[in-house]
Amino acid sequence: MTGHDVSTEAALSRVFTEEWGRLVARQIRLTGDWDLAEESVQDAFALALERWPRDGIPRAPAAWLTTTARNRALDVLRRRQVEAVKLRQSAQFADRLEESSPSTAIEDDSGIVDDRLRLIFTCCHPALALDARIALTLRTLSGLTTTQIARAFLVSEATMAKRLTRAKSKIRNAGIPYRVPPAHLLPERTAGVMAVLYLMFNEGYAATEGDALIREGLCAEAIRLARVLARLMPGEPEADALLALMLLHHSRRDARTSPSGEIVTLEHQDRASWDRVAIEEAVALIAARDDEIPQSGPYRLQAAIATCHATAVHAAETDWAQIARLYGQLHEIAPSPVIELNHAVAVAMAYGPAAGLALTDRLVADAVLEGYHLLPAVRADLLRRMGRLEEAHAAYQQALALTGTTAERRYLEGRLRETEGG
Amino acid sequence: MKYMMFICHEPEQLEEAVAQVGKDDGAWLNEMVGRGVRLDGNALRPPNEATTVRVRGGSPLLTDGPFAESKEAIAGFDIIDCADLDEAIEIAIRHPCASVGSIELRPFWQ
Repeated sequence: MTGHDVSTEAALSRVFTEEWGRLVARQIRLTGDWDLAEESVQDAFALALERWPRDGIPRAPAAWLTTTARNRALDVLRRRQVEAVKLRQSAQFADRLEESSPSTAIEDDSGIVDDRLRLIFTCCHPALALDARIALTLRTLSGLTTTQIARAFLVSEATMAKRLTRAKSKIRNAGIPYRVPPAHLLPERTAGVMAVLYLMFNEGYAATEGDALIREGLCAEAIRLARVLARLMPGEPEADALLALMLLHHSRRDARTSPSGEIVTLEHQDRASWDRVAIEEAVALIAARDDEIPQSGPYRLQAAIATCHATAVHAAETDWAQIARLYGQLHEIAPSPVIELNHAVAVAMAYGPAAGLALTDRLVADAVLEGYHLLPAVRADLLRRMGRLEEAHAAYQQALALTGTTAERRYLEGRLRETEGG
Repeated sequence: MKYMMFICHEPEQLEEAVAQVGKDDGAWLNEMVGRGVRLDGNALRPPNEATTVRVRGGSPLLTDGPFAESKEAIAGFDIIDCADLDEAIEIAIRHPCASVGSIELRPFWQ
């Protein structure tokens, strides 16, 4: 019977990934109670874990879970009524739950019906602290446990639990609405949601510290949520672009570090180990929007840059002039010193290290990137290419003093040795 | 939902705040009263004219000045009653003093 159990468990885990967010989002809409929503959905999965191996997987697993979660919440609300806790409210929500059918959908001002979209906009509401937005999104939409989220963000479980509780109580008590924002707020709030998802992805991708497996999970989850967002907001080209951008970065995950944990730069990566399926999906996502105006959203431009890398057969064939142009455009619509630094790198690749170095001079003079190890690291590489080894050596040392991760330290130490005695 | 809007700024920003309110010429107030969202409000005399009261061990303890020394002080308040935080934010953004100091939105307990 073990084989049967394993397949039931696999099915359950798949249903969990696919349905958790939808179930919680629906329960919140119907009960107005975030904790009750989470608990009732959790109970439904616990019951499934008990019943499904014995009775078999129901023909419509999502509907089974919806009904079970609904009944769980109804039990609790009825009990509260008996105990006269929040009597009127509980009765009202219980009635609403009872009347609900799995197909119930209420349209928002914007005409969008999926409960997950309401949940995502509420979790990413700008009145919540940024770290709370990410944590709450991972808890309620992805179903990650408090322990898992705490581990991913390197804080204690107690700290993370407090962060989540505080965010939920602010939503309830400060009157943060559970809805997709009305049209006049939508562009700004959508940009906010995308920023949270991209930050979540980068948190996993940048892997500054901590367990690699958990970090990898964060990337996968961010991609999954970006996919949900893109599907739920077909009129938003930037949502597709964000998904494409994540897919393109993620396609290089296996090539980014050597078996011994050292960083492999883009130039030296084994391009055969890039995830072709992910790249093709990303390229198709961008191509499908090719005729649309405007072409120049920040994610669209970043995805276009990533595409230049992903589609170059060899590093030497990278279209650096095009990348430099795209970074220039990106800097115009979203000015940032980090983008300026990337622009300098692309210019150096297209037009020689001296042109790139000149662009980084301004960043050094402005002192806006002080403490950011990549500025001296980039300058060190450019100086090395120009044969100014002494200055390169000093810049590598400066970069080394600023970096935290072992892999990056090892890379810089290697370069440092190359420039020694030079 | 009812919110208390604390209008805060630094003492030296008073002139600027007064100028902003003058420029607005009652437009914000008229609109919000007309919409039925602004229930009450007023400007407050400066913090150096405040008296802080505490009772310790059964006896009253009076201090000349505000309850907390801070750079920004509460210069006025508005009580609003609106649908949710999004509407409260929209109301606060358009308050003439929002561009001078800051506005703290505090939901009522009930």
